[in-house]
Amino acid sequence: MTRRLTGFPASFQRGFRRSVHRAVAAGLLAAALAIPGTAALVAAPAMAQETPVRGGVLNSIVQPEPPTLMLGLNQQGPTQTVAGKIYQGLLTYDQKLNPMPSLAESWTVSPDGLTYTFKLFPNVKWHDGQPFTAKDVVFSTSKFLMEVHPRARAVFSRCESITALDDHTVEFKLKEPFPAFIQAFEVSSAPIVPAHIYEGTDYRANPANNTPIGTGPFKLKEWVKGSHIQLVRNEEYYKKDLPYLDGITFRVIPDAASRSLALESGQVQQTQYSDLEPFEVPRMKALPNLTLTTAGYEFVAPLSWLEINHRVKPLGDKRFRKAIAYAIDRKFIRDKIWFGLGRVPTGPINSVVKFYDPKVTTYEPNLDKAKALLDEMGLKPDGKGVRATVKLMPMPYGETWTRLGEYLKQALGKVGIAVVLESTDAAGWAQRVSNWDYEITTNFLYQYGDPALGVARTYISSNIRKGVLFTNTMGYSNPKVDELFAHAAQEIDPAKRQADYSEVQRILSDDLPVVWLLEMEFPTFLDKRVRNANTTAIGVNDTYESVWLAK
Amino acid sequence: MMKSDFWRAFARNKGAVLGLVILTAIVVLAAFASVLFPGDPWDMATAPFQPPLSEGAPLGSDMLGRDIASGIAHGARVSLLIGLTSTAAALAIGVTLGALAGFHGGRIDDAIMRFTELFQTIPNFVLAVVLVAIFTPSLTTIVAAIAVVSWPPLARLARAEFLSLRTREFVQAAITTGQSNSSIILRQILPNSLSPIIVSASLMVATAILLESSLSFLGLGDPNAMSWGYMIGAARTVIRQAWWMSVFPGLAIVLTVLALNLVGEGLNDALNPKLARSRG
Repeated sequence: MTRRLTGFPASFQRGFRRSVHRAVAAGLLAAALAIPGTAALVAAPAMAQETPVRGGVLNSIVQPEPPTLMLGLNQQGPTQTVAGKIYQGLLTYDQKLNPMPSLAESWTVSPDGLTYTFKLFPNVKWHDGQPFTAKDVVFSTSKFLMEVHPRARAVFSRCESITALDDHTVEFKLKEPFPAFIQAFEVSSAPIVPAHIYEGTDYRANPANNTPIGTGPFKLKEWVKGSHIQLVRNEEYYKKDLPYLDGITFRVIPDAASRSLALESGQVQQTQYSDLEPFEVPRMKALPNLTLTTAGYEFVAPLSWLEINHRVKPLGDKRFRKAIAYAIDRKFIRDKIWFGLGRVPTGPINSVVKFYDPKVTTYEPNLDKAKALLDEMGLKPDGKGVRATVKLMPMPYGETWTRLGEYLKQALGKVGIAVVLESTDAAGWAQRVSNWDYEITTNFLYQYGDPALGVARTYISSNIRKGVLFTNTMGYSNPKVDELFAHAAQEIDPAKRQADYSEVQRILSDDLPVVWLLEMEFPTFLDKRVRNANTTAIGVNDTYESVWLAK
Repeated sequence: MMKSDFWRAFARNKGAVLGLVILTAIVVLAAFASVLFPGDPWDMATAPFQPPLSEGAPLGSDMLGRDIASGIAHGARVSLLIGLTSTAAALAIGVTLGALAGFHGGRIDDAIMRFTELFQTIPNFVLAVVLVAIFTPSLTTIVAAIAVVSWPPLARLARAEFLSLRTREFVQAAITTGQSNSSIILRQILPNSLSPIIVSASLMVATAILLESSLSFLGLGDPNAMSWGYMIGAARTVIRQAWWMSVFPGLAIVLTVLALNLVGEGLNDALNPKLARSRG
C-alpha cells in the first residue's frame, strides 16, 4: 500500500497531504488511495506508472567531512545530509513548508494556539532494537536539545511543559502563542535522540556519539575517515517495505574539481548544496544523464545581502544605503557571478518562505538616482570623482564571493563610492563581523521556514549582541519593526500575521538596514535513474525512505 | 672604454639581447598601460566570457567581462613594481648583513650567519604565505614578505665576496692609511664585489615576480591590485570553458621571467668574463 503511494508524482502527494495535514495519518491516506477508483483519478503523469523497485546503492558526496554524525550535537550542512537518514524529527515539510508526518503520525493544535499534541507512529524501534516512545521525545526536547542545540533551545524554552500523555502521545504547552512552533520539528531543528542511551550522561562525551543510534530508514555501517560513510538499510524500519535502497554511500572528496569529475563520470549519482561551484553548473546541466533541480532548499531558504555597519559614517544614513542599492545590478550578480542560480530578492523575506510580500519598495539599477541621493546628502565628488570611501570585506567562502566583492567595488565606484577591498580568513571574518569591526561585508542567512525563526533575528534591536554572529550586527533599530515582529510571532490568526509581516517588509525595504542581493539557490544534481528524491523542503537532508533507483 | 667592453661582452650572448628586448617591451607596456588601456582594469568593459579577438577585448574577457589585455598591461606594473622593490629591499638587508659578517669575521660573522641559516631552513614560499596571511595582504606586506624570504642567499654571497676581498692588498693599504671601517666597506670593497651581486639580483627579480604570482594565485594578493597571478588564480576554475583567461597572463609571466633570466645570464657573461669563459 505504501509502495503505491510513493509511486505517485511528488506534486500530487504534496497537494493531497496539505489538505489533510492536520489529522490524517499516512497509513489512512495510503488506504484511501488503494480504493481502485481513487487511484485511477490521479494516475495521469508518466512517472506515476512506475513501480518502485527495491535494491541498489545510491552514491553521493559529503563535503566537507562532518566532525560527527550525532545530529543533536552538530547541525552543519554535511552532518544534516548524512545524519538526516539516521535520525528523524517529529515532522518534515513539503516544499510549500507545510508540515508532514515523520515520527509523528498526526498532530493537533488547540484553538488558543497554546497546546500542541503529537501522536507518534507505533512500532518504531531504535537501531539498537529498543522501542521508541514518547519518553524519547520528552527527553530530547526538554533536556538534550535544551543543553546542546542553541536554535532548539530558543524554541523549546517557550514551553511551559512537555509531557508524555501515554507511550505514543506528547503534549507541548506553550507559555504564550507562537505559531512558528509547528515549523520547528524538522530533523536538524529538533532531532529525536534515544533517551535510553543519553539520559543522565555527559551528552557531548558519550561514547555512543561515534555510533549514532536513530530511528531512520538507514543505519551507519562504516565510516572510514577521509574516504567514505556507508549507510545500510534499516531492516526494522517501521514503514513496511521501506526503504527501497540497500544503502547510501557518501564519499569524501575534498577537491572541487574531483567532485565535478565524480559526478560527470557517474561515480556518484547525487551532489547537493555547495558540492559543485556555481561555474560548473552550466556544464553539468548539459550532460544527458543528469537532472538539475534547485528545489528542496525551501526550509533553509538562504538570502544573501550586503551587511552594513550603521555605526560608521555615512553608512548610518539610509539615503547612502539606497544609493548603494541603486548602484548595484542584481540581475548581473545572479546571471554572471552565480551563473543563473538564484532569484533577485525584493525584501527581507525569501520569496519561498511564508508571509513573503512582493509589494515593497524595490531598487532597480539606476545610477542617476544613486548620484542624486548622494548629492542630497552633500557628498560631492572630489577631483577623482570620489564622494566617499568605504571598506568592503567579502565573505571568505570561496571564489564566488570574491568575484562578488570585485563586482561591488566596480559598481559602487561608478557612482563615486570608492571601495577598498579587505581580505580575511573565515575565523577572522566571523570575529570581525560579530564584534562590529567592519564597514560593509557580504553575508547570507538561512530562514528556517518562518520569519519568526529566521528573519526577525537580523532586524530586531533586542538581537544587537556584540560577539554573536548572525545577529543584528548592523546596529539597526526601529521600534516599529521590533513591535511588528514581536506581535507577529505571537499572533495565531494567519491573516493578522500576514498583515504584520507585510508592514514590516514595507518598512524594512524603505529603511534598507541591509542591501539584499540574492535569494540563493543551491543546485542538486541527480542521476536520471534516481527516483523520488528531493520531495520535501529539506530535500537532500530528508530520510530518503522512498527513494529508489530505476534499472 | 669600460662601457663598450661591457656591451660587447653582453651582446655576444644572443639570448641576453633577446631577453633585453622582451624586457624593454614589458617595461614599455607597464609604463604606458594607462595610455594603451585607459580606464580601470577591473571595469567590466564587455560581455563576460568573450573569446580572444572579440570586439573591445583583443585577448578575450574574463568571467565578469573584464578585458584580459588591459589586465595584463596593468598587471605588468604590479609585477615589475613588486619584483623591483622587493629585490631592492632584499638587497639592502642581505648585502648589509653579508658585508658586516664578511668584513668583521669572528663572532659577528658567526652570529649573522647563524641568523641567516635560521631563515634558510624555512622553505621560503611557506614563510611568505604565512607572513602575508598574518599581516593581511596588501602591496606593502607582499613586498616585505618577499624581501624577508629572499635576502639570505644575497647575504651569503656578499659575505663570501667580502671575506676574499678584505685580505687583498688594496684593502690592506686602505687600512694602513687609516680609513674608517665604513669607508672601506662602502668605497673600497663594495664597488669591487658588485658584479656577482648584480647578476644574482637580476635573477632575484624574476623569482620575486614568480613569488608574487604564486601568492596572488592562492588568493593572497592585494585584492585592490590587478596582477597576473590573480588573473590565473581566478581563471583556473573555468579553464575548461575559457582557456584564454589563464593562458595569456601565464604567457606574460613566462616571458618576463625568461627575459630576466636571459638578461641575468648576459650580465654574468659581461661582468664575470673569466667565469663565463671557464664555463664555456
